[in-house]
Amino acid sequence: MNNKMKGIPITVAIVVISLTLLHGLVFGSNLPPVKGDVLPEIKIPVPVNATDRSYLRLKNSGFFKIPQIKTKVVIIEIFSMYCPHCQREAPEVNRLYSIIEDSPDLKDKIKLIGIGAGNSTFEVEVFKKKYTVPFPLFPDEDFSIHKYFGEVRTPYFLGVKINDDGTHQVFYSKLGEFKGAEPFLDLMLQLSGLK
Amino acid sequence: MKKRGNLILVFGMISAFLWSATAFGLSDVFKNNIYNPGLLKPTDSVLKVKVGDSAPDFSLPAVSGGRISLGKYRGKKNVVLSFVPAAWTPVCSDQWPGYNIVEDIFDKNNAILLGITVDNIPTLFAWTNQMGKLWFPILSDFWPHGAVADRYGVLRSDGLSERAIFVIDKKGIIRYIGVGDINKRPRLEILVKELERLEK
Repeated sequence: MNNKMKGIPITVAIVVISLTLLHGLVFGSNLPPVKGDVLPEIKIPVPVNATDRSYLRLKNSGFFKIPQIKTKVVIIEIFSMYCPHCQREAPEVNRLYSIIEDSPDLKDKIKLIGIGAGNSTFEVEVFKKKYTVPFPLFPDEDFSIHKYFGEVRTPYFLGVKINDDGTHQVFYSKLGEFKGAEPFLDLMLQLSGLK
Repeated sequence: MKKRGNLILVFGMISAFLWSATAFGLSDVFKNNIYNPGLLKPTDSVLKVKVGDSAPDFSLPAVSGGRISLGKYRGKKNVVLSFVPAAWTPVCSDQWPGYNIVEDIFDKNNAILLGITVDNIPTLFAWTNQMGKLWFPILSDFWPHGAVADRYGVLRSDGLSERAIFVIDKKGIIRYIGVGDINKRPRLEILVKELERLEK
């Protein structure tokens, strides 16, 4: 092997390592969170809507991180207004919210939020209005949050347990439709240890 | 030669890196049936019509049966033509399902939506069935291949169409043309704003 030939694997190795590091820095790991993980450091604008702010018990402005929501469990739905499954199951997800809110024992312990992957504020509002979604939905127009969550297909559900000491862990992370509000809630209660 | 080989290799790796950074938020409704063509040249055609022109008439077969001509809406309804590049591809598969939940916005603006691709009817039938029941007609510009896309100047050199939107008023005049990056879904609010500007 002459000197020029020897240089090729080194060039390739440098490019591969640089791109891998750069990719990790810019776009995160590209893997969805798994059980036991902590959430990536995502900052979301505090809702302008007072009802949403009150539901999440957040301060009036600025940004928040999901584990700062004052509750024991946060269920996150990664959805899109362009996703037929998300459209079809929206009424059932709304029912999940209602069951939780109607339960004096659960309403302060479980909160539900949606993140619209690739959706603008307008598009999220269209979805919210069309399906009368009662819980807070957040736009993710540039897919930045979606990338942190491993560019999952939609709908995707995450369950996050928030501990008394402020730490948190993902206890559920799964793609696809859920089979109904009651069995899904039961699963969340069991996996989070609330039940 | 070796330098060129190295350059090609590095270019290929950078392309793969950039492609891996492109997100779709694809619906799980299509499972693993979506073919990923990779990052495509954003646009690859030259428009043959402009805003203010009379929209070229056409008649195309519809997935629901029969043929639909643009002319049938003249004097009755505003028309939105939504060309998407190909069935069973990432961005296209998540564009029309969004339009499917905003029929009220089209109604309010006395507008109809015509979805068009250069795929054949059986392919469009299977693909759009995954989206649920669509309220708007889906038309096939398969044969002569891409003739309508070509007439409007949105047929790409590889036989796909651009991701393009034409808003045509009741008089048959083109009021808006949007030919965006084929790799990205156009924002719904842009279309809605254009619809709201039309005479109802």
